[in-house]
Amino acid sequence: MIAELLVSLFILVGAFFGLTGSMGLARLPDFYTRLHGPTKATTLGVGGVLIASILHFSLMGPALSLRELLIALFLFLTAPVSAHVLAKAGVRRGIASRAPLPDELKKKSAEG
Amino acid sequence: MIPVAVTIALAAFSIAFVLSLWRLVRGPDAIDRVLALDTLYINAIAIIVLLGLAQGTTVYFEAALLIAALGFVGTVALAKYLGRGSVIE
Repeated sequence: MIAELLVSLFILVGAFFGLTGSMGLARLPDFYTRLHGPTKATTLGVGGVLIASILHFSLMGPALSLRELLIALFLFLTAPVSAHVLAKAGVRRGIASRAPLPDELKKKSAEG
Repeated sequence: MIPVAVTIALAAFSIAFVLSLWRLVRGPDAIDRVLALDTLYINAIAIIVLLGLAQGTTVYFEAALLIAALGFVGTVALAKYLGRGSVIE
């Protein structure tokens, strides 16, 4: 009973953050703000679903199930890296930002 | 209780999937589309894991792991190509 409640809670929290992240991707005004939604909120949402899955298959299955941990670890390691690479590519392409760019970045994006 | 939660979560992640598809179509820049693809594969992983939860099997996790690995490599390669003009220097 408590296990079911816990699993449901993690699933719902994960779904909330996943939806929030994608809404951020769809609605925020420029590329650099849009970068926040998917790379932070959606990753946390998937993390919640994966924790729910670990709990479900460990508590109701025959043995400890840690394969989801591998997926979660991989996602949590790669999400910041891909966000960084995407932001760098955006700066190099000279994408307009709502906030003023720092001077050194302005110089770099002018060079190409 | 768990089936209800899984249904709600599947609906939420399906809406999230459609929202990132919308950003993929809308753009405006190519790098926005890469970001949309990144979100798309993360949502796909969530949907696959939820399907595994709903059906009570663990056979889908290898697929989720594969999507996670290949999606990351694809995002980095596309971002490097768009930012520098070449993937490997």
